[in-house]
Amino acid sequence: MQIEFELNGATVGTSVEARTSLADCLRDNLGKTGTHLGCEHGVCGACTVLVNGEAVRACLMLAVQANGDKVVTVEGLSSDNLSPLQASFRKHHALQCGFCTPGFITTAHALLTAEPDADEERIRDVLSGNLCRCTGYVPIIEAVLDARKFYAVQKEKA
Amino acid sequence: MSVRNSYIGQPIERTEDLRFLRGRGIYVADVNRPGQLYAVILRSSVAHGNIRSVDISRAMQLPGVRHVLVGADLGNAVPRIPLRLQPLPQLEPFHQPVLADGKVRYVGEPIAVVLADTPGIAEDALDLIDLDIETLPAITSREQAEAMPAVLFEDHGSNAAITWKAFKGDADAAFASADYTRRETFKIQRHAAMFMEPRGFVAEWNADAGKLTVWGAAKTAWYNRRVLATALGLDVDAVDLIEVDVGGGFGSRGEFYPEDYLIPAAAKFAGRPVKWTEDRREHMMTANHARDIECDVEIALSKDGRFLALRGQAWADIGAYIRTNGSVGPRNVAQYMSGPYTFEHIDLKTTMLTTNKTPSGTYRGPGRYETDFIRERMIDLAAKDLRIDRVELRRRNLVADAQMPYPLASITPYDSSTELDSGDYHAVFDLCMKEFDWAEKSKLSGRLIDGYYHGLAVGSFIEGGAAGPSEDARLVLEIDGALTVYLGSSSVGQGLETIMAQITADATELPFEKITVRHGSTSDVKNGYGAYHSRSTVMGGSAILLAAEKLKDSVRAAAALRFGCAVGDVTIDGEQVAHGGKTLPLAGLSDIPLEVEATFFNKKYTWAYGTQAAHIAVDPGTGHVKVIDYLSVEDVGRIINPSTLHGQAIGSIVQGLGGAFLEHLVYDENGQLLTGSFADYLMPTALDFPNIRSITLELKPCPNNPLGVKGAGEGGLIPVGGIMANAIADALSHLNVQPMELPLSPARIWQMAEDGAIQAVA
Repeated sequence: MQIEFELNGATVGTSVEARTSLADCLRDNLGKTGTHLGCEHGVCGACTVLVNGEAVRACLMLAVQANGDKVVTVEGLSSDNLSPLQASFRKHHALQCGFCTPGFITTAHALLTAEPDADEERIRDVLSGNLCRCTGYVPIIEAVLDARKFYAVQKEKA
Repeated sequence: MSVRNSYIGQPIERTEDLRFLRGRGIYVADVNRPGQLYAVILRSSVAHGNIRSVDISRAMQLPGVRHVLVGADLGNAVPRIPLRLQPLPQLEPFHQPVLADGKVRYVGEPIAVVLADTPGIAEDALDLIDLDIETLPAITSREQAEAMPAVLFEDHGSNAAITWKAFKGDADAAFASADYTRRETFKIQRHAAMFMEPRGFVAEWNADAGKLTVWGAAKTAWYNRRVLATALGLDVDAVDLIEVDVGGGFGSRGEFYPEDYLIPAAAKFAGRPVKWTEDRREHMMTANHARDIECDVEIALSKDGRFLALRGQAWADIGAYIRTNGSVGPRNVAQYMSGPYTFEHIDLKTTMLTTNKTPSGTYRGPGRYETDFIRERMIDLAAKDLRIDRVELRRRNLVADAQMPYPLASITPYDSSTELDSGDYHAVFDLCMKEFDWAEKSKLSGRLIDGYYHGLAVGSFIEGGAAGPSEDARLVLEIDGALTVYLGSSSVGQGLETIMAQITADATELPFEKITVRHGSTSDVKNGYGAYHSRSTVMGGSAILLAAEKLKDSVRAAAALRFGCAVGDVTIDGEQVAHGGKTLPLAGLSDIPLEVEATFFNKKYTWAYGTQAAHIAVDPGTGHVKVIDYLSVEDVGRIINPSTLHGQAIGSIVQGLGGAFLEHLVYDENGQLLTGSFADYLMPTALDFPNIRSITLELKPCPNNPLGVKGAGEGGLIPVGGIMANAIADALSHLNVQPMELPLSPARIWQMAEDGAIQAVA
């Protein structure tokens, strides 16, 4: 089936089987390998992407369902420089092997865009949908808390 | 004036993060080769049985299916996977064939490999393979493994493979004359490393060049290359294993699994590149499991609270085959039971039993996690019996600085003698008690506050690292003055590139930014041993120091030619060389890259050590435990990057908490693995354990390597199970709750509290 959607700001078209997941489509058809597959049953969150601004499990969504949508992957969140959230992750050593990291970045970005004043409890609650085996989460929470100020400024501007 | 770098000891932000944070890392699933086929593996759905037939004819008719490999395609003798560590000849009958060899022995054992144009077609083809298996009774427990007439290996005639014996002094005599002894039985559940990136390989055979390239190597690339080359009948030089970014290891990734042979062999067979990536359910039933220990152990003390002796028997359920490092955990259970304490008499055995479960191997802190649970529980029980404060009892028996180096128990049948190398165990213990504020917090012991019973516990641990034998480093000073470091050490996601660049910058006095670290390709250096046993920094870092000295000699020699002076008259000043008032930049100093290689040899272990303390609250109505405060204090000799070390310490503790409370690979009586997804294999989330603290120290540099570092990163996890069990016993002491089994699931804690309450009434 031929589908078309907006990916990281540009319109893309591709042909997929009906059973192709959005994650496989992004990775295999469109080369966006930052979207990682850790469990393929929606628990680990490593494949999280933004669909029309919402954090979505790309392994649980079919590619055909994204037809006409706006999809943003981790590659779309920064260009040459790290985004403030990504820089905060680096500063707080909120990643080790880096495999779960794109999912945490997209999830935290969606949360802070909507709720730049999210408190620690709210951040922990939302990020509890993503698994990390390396960090023990403590530095991830610190990084997200620290990045909130940039999102608050953005929201004020908007 | 010489530029003196001091990158070592600084919390340098990681160079790796620049790609990981933007989705630019290249993990094995991101590797693709032109014309590649996709492999999917048919696995046994039966735990124990004889294969009557495998009919692939229907599968072969599916459009897009190119090949289905079965045992016959591998020749007369199906290759078996040798042991990497403790390769004892008596364990050879238990080596795993890369495809089931007439018999299946666990659910998940590979039977055939489908190669197809897409992964979807390959998966569809699995349903079209007609498999006929005569089912045999499954052996799933210690009792069955010992008592049932059925055996996994008929020729061996017993499910007991070997027994490790750890010994020191005269334990029986010590027990005979001891004032106090106590014997208990413990169980530690089967759980696993469960790193986030599933395993995978991409293999390509170049028939014209006679060369095989495999992407997806991890941890022990050089060893695996030798095994693979031997099994395929190729020269070692004809095989190159390449490590791309690796999504976590924790002991289980990178061992030689059946797929390490099957995917390259399939590529050679098909004459096309082949790609395989496991899914999570496949990972759970195929990658190494760990722990799964039962133990009867007895402790002897004098009445004034001196530890005298340990003796007992442990049983390790190692699953269906003995895998590459499968002896490490069982051996460690026997050898390291004494931990950081002075026991002069030890007689401990661990018997390795085969069962119809997934084979096991190492997982972070192998054998140490288990022994700490057992030993620290025994210490608290003894303290209670002898009415000695548990903190004081530990203090009395920690190995003293003056006793170093302190020998651990000897072990047979494969000698792995080791001794605690250095450390001020008392200072670290006391610092932990002070920073934790034990004196104040311990007033909450057993108290009921807002429906929760509060409990505390403390435990000490040792963390072995850096068992040799050697590691290579090759430094190349490029013509433009940039430095490339090639290493035999591997990365499993721990920040190797940054740490090694820090060490290199200090050793060469070149700017950090000019240094590139490359690791994990078997073409880069002659030999390598990789990343296991917390050895990368110790071994690879020390090799860099040796190579840096050689590089300086090469630089002086090149500069002497340019200056027309004696080599000894050249001085190196950062990125410049100097002689008699004249200077030259390193860039352009030589027309060819200056290249040196060095090997660091080492036989001795490093022993980091520490103490941890916890304050918890138990809800007796649900069995749920809140961790209110958790502190780890560890001395690692010397710290390269406090940020990465701290990160590993915290992450390790939370893994330990997962093992203590949540993680459990459950089998039914037919040998079916009931935990097949993250919906039923529970791992800690961001909500579970928010209050973790870690302090890392540089009190006693390691005397056995030039950096003075000790392997670290596993330590955080090691004492967690014991500390949680002791804290629960403390919280529920009025009900005489005494946990002897992990995991401490809410149901188990609730049941123990109920049983205690009923007994209290009766």
